[in-house]
Amino acid sequence: MEGAVIAEPAKAAIAPSTRPLIRVKAIAKTYQNGTLALSDVDLAVRDGEFLSLLGPSGCGKSTLLRMIAGLGAPTSGIIDWPQANYDVRGEPDRHLGFVFQEPTLMPWATVFDNVAMPLTLTGMRRSELTGRVDEAIAMVGLEKFAKHYPRELSGGMKMRVSIARALVVRPRVLLMDEPFAALDEITRFKLNNDLLTLWQTQRWTVIFVTHSVYESVYLSNRIAVMSARPGRILTELKIDAPYPRTEAFRTSTVYNEFCRVTSAELKRAMPAGEDH
Amino acid sequence: MSVTGVTGDSPSRAWRIVIPILLGILFLGLWEFLVRWLQIPKFVLPPPSMIVDALTEDYGTLIASLWNTLKITGMAFVVAVVLGVTGAILFTQSRLFEMSLFPYAVVLQVTPIVSIAPFILIWVGLDHIERALLILATIVAFFPILSNTTLGMKSVDHNLLNLFDLYHASRWQRLRYLQLPSAMPYLLGGMKISGGLALIGAVVAEFVAGSGTGTGLAWRIIESSNRLNIPRMFAALVLLSVLGVMIFFGLSALETMLLRKWHESAVGREN
Repeated sequence: MEGAVIAEPAKAAIAPSTRPLIRVKAIAKTYQNGTLALSDVDLAVRDGEFLSLLGPSGCGKSTLLRMIAGLGAPTSGIIDWPQANYDVRGEPDRHLGFVFQEPTLMPWATVFDNVAMPLTLTGMRRSELTGRVDEAIAMVGLEKFAKHYPRELSGGMKMRVSIARALVVRPRVLLMDEPFAALDEITRFKLNNDLLTLWQTQRWTVIFVTHSVYESVYLSNRIAVMSARPGRILTELKIDAPYPRTEAFRTSTVYNEFCRVTSAELKRAMPAGEDH
Repeated sequence: MSVTGVTGDSPSRAWRIVIPILLGILFLGLWEFLVRWLQIPKFVLPPPSMIVDALTEDYGTLIASLWNTLKITGMAFVVAVVLGVTGAILFTQSRLFEMSLFPYAVVLQVTPIVSIAPFILIWVGLDHIERALLILATIVAFFPILSNTTLGMKSVDHNLLNLFDLYHASRWQRLRYLQLPSAMPYLLGGMKISGGLALIGAVVAEFVAGSGTGTGLAWRIIESSNRLNIPRMFAALVLLSVLGVMIFFGLSALETMLLRKWHESAVGREN
């Protein structure tokens, strides 16, 4: 199975679209306190893929994700959206949904109003957005909880609301910043499966930040392994296993082999002598 | 039927009302008894029964005074809320505003109202005493609203701010959908403090305004004191306390009503 896992320093020629959806070119980021968080990051994100950014804590993977979302600019380098239209301010039409590590819900608003917020902010009236909000809530299976307040929901359900809020804009790209890190394992597995099912039907591009080898292998087409600070992309691994992936995949030898290889790469990403 | 809770150490709802009332009755009874037994003169300490008499005898005057005090207090409170919230909005929209104005808000807050009162009374109060009282009560009530609301608006979850940036929310949308709702619990807390302060401000201002000008409860107290009508003094005092308590409970009820659905402070624990 070794042959299935290929590091690909060179650009793989994958048709049909030769232009990537997002191109990250020679990005560096220095924080205000002078810390060099990212240096020399190159990454091409392809249309429709499930890409994980895997790395030790503090490697700048969340920072990279936020910059892709347009939250904060890189210190040097550019992030280019070759397929998007740019507006007068030079902002690409990213068409994205973002899921934070915390559910980040407004406690004073119901599930419906939380999910509706991105549409409300575009100036849509309530009568116009109801259908789309209900649809997004149904996607994550929370139809019965639309009128509930966040405090009445479990951690997993709150995260589902957060995902529904990202989906309500019908995104082309879904950016997820360690969305399931704070959840228990049973809930996480369930959400992993539900996310994969949704991804296969909706076909958005996903960039998924995680520090879990097992999660990244289970979910992704491709894993970009990042090194510790200053963060850079050390290697890219292709996880060449067919979808739909189910719980059976989790126990397969193929899965284990992918995990072993990925772990070895992640180990190389750690600074010498340090054990995170 | 047991009236105490399951745990035994937390009194049930009924007891929480009954016990303070019983204690009050006991206290008043003791007061009545001691005053009569020790034959304390009524201009030093009248018994509760005599205060009740004063309340019923001077009902008309006292209620009119109560109404005047309530009017000043209410208006001052509303003006304080409007100014305080407006100030907080300006402060959070512009750092420059906050930097330049906040110190003066603090100066106004820490300067004792009694020492500002004579100025306001001279400038405004000679012709319109009520306006002077209103201004003074507003000054006292304004600050908690301003500082609490400002704090609340700054306590917005940073990731929610990021989310709003992500969807290109305008300043107005951020204010309307994020900052103001976040500040709500803080504003309501500030209102509970300010309600009481507005009353104190109204009373203190009237005290300073002094003879002949007042029509509120504070003036009734001064007037009764001058005439050594101590029972009526107490009667006016009782009305002031009742007013203060009503303001507090009214605002607490408003707080519970608005926050009941989502804020920890107003939500009952489930265990």
